[in-house]
Amino acid sequence: MNAPINIAGLLKKTKAVFRFNGGVHPPENKAQSTQRPIGQLALPEKLVLPLRQHIGNIPKIKVAIGDHVLKGQLIAEAEGTVSAAIHAPTSGTITAIADAVIPHPSGLSDRCITITPDGKDSWIERQPQDWRKDELAPLVKSLRLSGIVGLGGATFPTQIKLRSANTAIHTLVINAAECEPYITCDDMLMRERSEEIVLGIKVAKRLLDAENVIIGIEDNKPEAIKAMRMATENTDIQVKVVPTLYPSGDARRLVYLVLGQEVPHNKRSTEVGIQVFNVATVSALYRYFEFGEPALSRVVSMTGNVNQPQNFEVLFGTPLRHLIKAAGGAKRDTSHFIMGGPMMGFNLPSDDVPITKAANCIIAASPTLFEPPPPAMPCIRCARCADACPVSLQPQELYWFAKSDNFEKAQAYNLFDCIECGACSYVCPSDIPLVQYYRYAKSEMIALDKAKEAADIARERNEFRLARIEREKQERAAKHAARAQGAKTADSSEKTTAPNDKQAAIAAAIERAKAQKAAENTEPKNTTHLSNTTKAEIAAIDARRASVGLTETKMTTNEEKQAKITAAIASAKAQKTDANQAANETPIKNDTLAVDTEKQAKIEAAIARAKAAKAEATKPQDKGVQTKPSADAEKQAKIEAAIARAKAAKASALETKEQQAKED
Amino acid sequence: MFKVLLALMPGIAVYAWLFGGGVLITLVLATATALVTEALMLKLRHRPIQPFLSDYSAVITAWLLALAIPPLAPWWLIVVGTAFSIIIAKQLYGGLGYNPFNPAMVGYAVLLISFPVVMTKWPIALSMVETKLNFMDQFHYIFNQTLPANITIDAVTSATPLDYLKTQLKLNQSMEMIQSSPIFGVLGTQGSEYIALAYLAGGLFLWQQRVITWHLPTAFLGGIAVMASFFWAIDASQYANPMFHLFSGASMLGAFFILTDPVSGPTTPKAKLYFAAGAGIITYLIRVYGGYPDGVAFAVIFMNICVPLIDTYTQPRVFGHEK
Ligand code: SF4
Ligand code: SF4
Repeated sequence: MNAPINIAGLLKKTKAVFRFNGGVHPPENKAQSTQRPIGQLALPEKLVLPLRQHIGNIPKIKVAIGDHVLKGQLIAEAEGTVSAAIHAPTSGTITAIADAVIPHPSGLSDRCITITPDGKDSWIERQPQDWRKDELAPLVKSLRLSGIVGLGGATFPTQIKLRSANTAIHTLVINAAECEPYITCDDMLMRERSEEIVLGIKVAKRLLDAENVIIGIEDNKPEAIKAMRMATENTDIQVKVVPTLYPSGDARRLVYLVLGQEVPHNKRSTEVGIQVFNVATVSALYRYFEFGEPALSRVVSMTGNVNQPQNFEVLFGTPLRHLIKAAGGAKRDTSHFIMGGPMMGFNLPSDDVPITKAANCIIAASPTLFEPPPPAMPCIRCARCADACPVSLQPQELYWFAKSDNFEKAQAYNLFDCIECGACSYVCPSDIPLVQYYRYAKSEMIALDKAKEAADIARERNEFRLARIEREKQERAAKHAARAQGAKTADSSEKTTAPNDKQAAIAAAIERAKAQKAAENTEPKNTTHLSNTTKAEIAAIDARRASVGLTETKMTTNEEKQAKITAAIASAKAQKTDANQAANETPIKNDTLAVDTEKQAKIEAAIARAKAAKAEATKPQDKGVQTKPSADAEKQAKIEAAIARAKAAKASALETKEQQAKED
Repeated sequence: MFKVLLALMPGIAVYAWLFGGGVLITLVLATATALVTEALMLKLRHRPIQPFLSDYSAVITAWLLALAIPPLAPWWLIVVGTAFSIIIAKQLYGGLGYNPFNPAMVGYAVLLISFPVVMTKWPIALSMVETKLNFMDQFHYIFNQTLPANITIDAVTSATPLDYLKTQLKLNQSMEMIQSSPIFGVLGTQGSEYIALAYLAGGLFLWQQRVITWHLPTAFLGGIAVMASFFWAIDASQYANPMFHLFSGASMLGAFFILTDPVSGPTTPKAKLYFAAGAGIITYLIRVYGGYPDGVAFAVIFMNICVPLIDTYTQPRVFGHEK
């Protein structure tokens, strides 16, 4: 781990940027929304706050219908490690807790808390903290109450990114690239609140104990660059101007641009000592500590086919319609609304959805602004997509494999490294919607992995059964042999052999038990990377579980139990990996890479699951290992779910057994 | 793809100017055949016709074939060749994007093997013959095989220098003697060397427009040049100089227009270098040792076979991965 530190130290002095492969230059369309300053909105009639506004667990509701809440009051508290709190953005009454349409690519409804403002906007008592002097641990811990998530669009709970990691963070990269067309919220924030951002950077720098700070800004934002240069004068914060090239705001790309260091594909940037934060996030951090203000609002670009494109400071939960009205209303031919940028954003189900923590930009779309793509033609292997791919993948090959369901090949060609940036689709002369194929292939592969997991369990059970039959056969044969011998020899000798036999059996049983114990004592692989706190948490839970007798599994020979346990282990491990992965993921990417990060996390989790399943399959002697649940007590519930799944698996395994019986 | 056609225009103009308008007739025949057969096949395969015809890929195939065969060949030759290219080499493999071989080169190879005599009768540049064929004479010759009374076909056609060189060397003629024949020009063949220069210009235009990258042409011409220089350095009396090889036959047309067919070619930059260098080397070997006057078509077809292999072994390093 020394190498990266040295490299970073060296690079600190250089002004150079490091170009990544490919990238594209879509029309920027940023000027429209930067003509006016960040606007303030009147209080809307109601605020609808989805519980799901971040990556991780759904927070727990702390209010009931009819309650009166004050501005900044906690209305839903973080649940589990990866979760974020939600606060009342203004004072008012809770008028509903029900499902409503949320801004999500799926277009589905989800649980939301509705507040009807009382118009007074009266604050709860705020509790500023001295972030310059106070002890670090309590400061970081208090962030759990802040509701701050990555505002670049990744919406990953910020407190987790500030927890002490195994690797020391040497460099903090501030993502101000904002590479997607149309989006200007970070640009405007830097122009108007550069001082606040710099203070926010100082907060993050102290909490992370980082040596270097580099702000990466694309060269199409000269005013923001100027503002940030002024604000960082006489500090050791470095402003690096990177060329305008989509997707330079992707965290891994930006790290490479400013440091010349490629984060290995199977590692998080924190593992090589680099943490990435978005500008808006650090500014929220500052406001939280300095003024005791939790996350209540964000800057949103309302642009595209509206009469007065502009950025607004928008309270979370504000209905989109309210924002559209503030921007002069949508023009006649508006067909739909896009959240995020045109490259990676998604179509909103209606203009009824609320603004959430992830909403960096809303684009009103019309057929003239976004021409419907012509029908896709066959791939002519022109390799323009490969030239444009920032990950140096071969999109034309991936397309071919995805189309023909050749998932193994797709994986071999690193499909899971694809960040779904859409640069390939953008340049494709045949207008092939390549990214859709990749998403399809990824989700199929994840589904297959799950199916394989189930099949593995069934297969293991069968192997176990065969082994048992074989063992019993041998035992019978041994007995026969002994009996035959006994018939030949005198009665007295039979008496001596019988105990011998028994002794052997007992010894074997002891041996088996020992082996099992040993297996129990070996820690599952994926606990080795945990931070000490997590380890402690796990230990505590293990102790708790042991006390209620959950740890031990005595019925190793019982096949059905076995299946249950295997399934539980696999799913618990997967869940843990999931949470773990999520916990350490560095999700600050450019605004619109949000969806991607979430997906990435899911996909990584899926891979971990598959790996766990594989590990289980190759190590049958590990069966009966205690289940190590993840760090939180509420995971218990999940384990119950896992058991339910195991039951389902048992049912299917029984089916297999029946089939086998028939075949036999 | 329209730019590819555009880039071929200077070459065609020089061609028609130096050798008469016959080539234009061949081009028209080829284009018509290509469009008709492509439309027919699309209809038979229940594919939309309009989008596939308007991408010009069939026209490019037709033009490349028309420019590769002798311009005074009988009309049915180009019709048969183009139809074969489109129907067999392209549509039966699945149409645009699915053909493993360069369709124009498959058509050319079939014609060369089936009709070797007509395929090697090339016209002599107009400036070098006393009795010139005008456009109508060429027209009549292409459609009826009839010539004006005072002209014999041997007076206006000859073997290509590549061919001539090979046969004469077999007769133990000295290189100097051979190259003093009027069909040799300054760089390559009298007349067609200017066409090659025009192709070169068109190719540079394509490169400047980013329709093609530098890899394929450079490696192909490089492959030919290195081979030619090597043998020429060993024995200049038996082997022609590299310039001659670069500006004779289909070298320039191949480098910028034939090898650069994306569908049947490799995709990674490194693969392009291997592919084109291989094609260049094979072209040279066929020219010097093979039984055919030019080797571009066979070299390209052979290298097409190797494309999946080359692509597999030349995958670039993915971001964040070790090599
Ligand atoms: S850009 Fe489109 S047509 Fe070209 S190789 Fe890629 S997928 Fe195929
Ligand atoms: S979407 Fe994936 S394959 Fe396409 S350019 Fe982006 S990273 Fe490469």
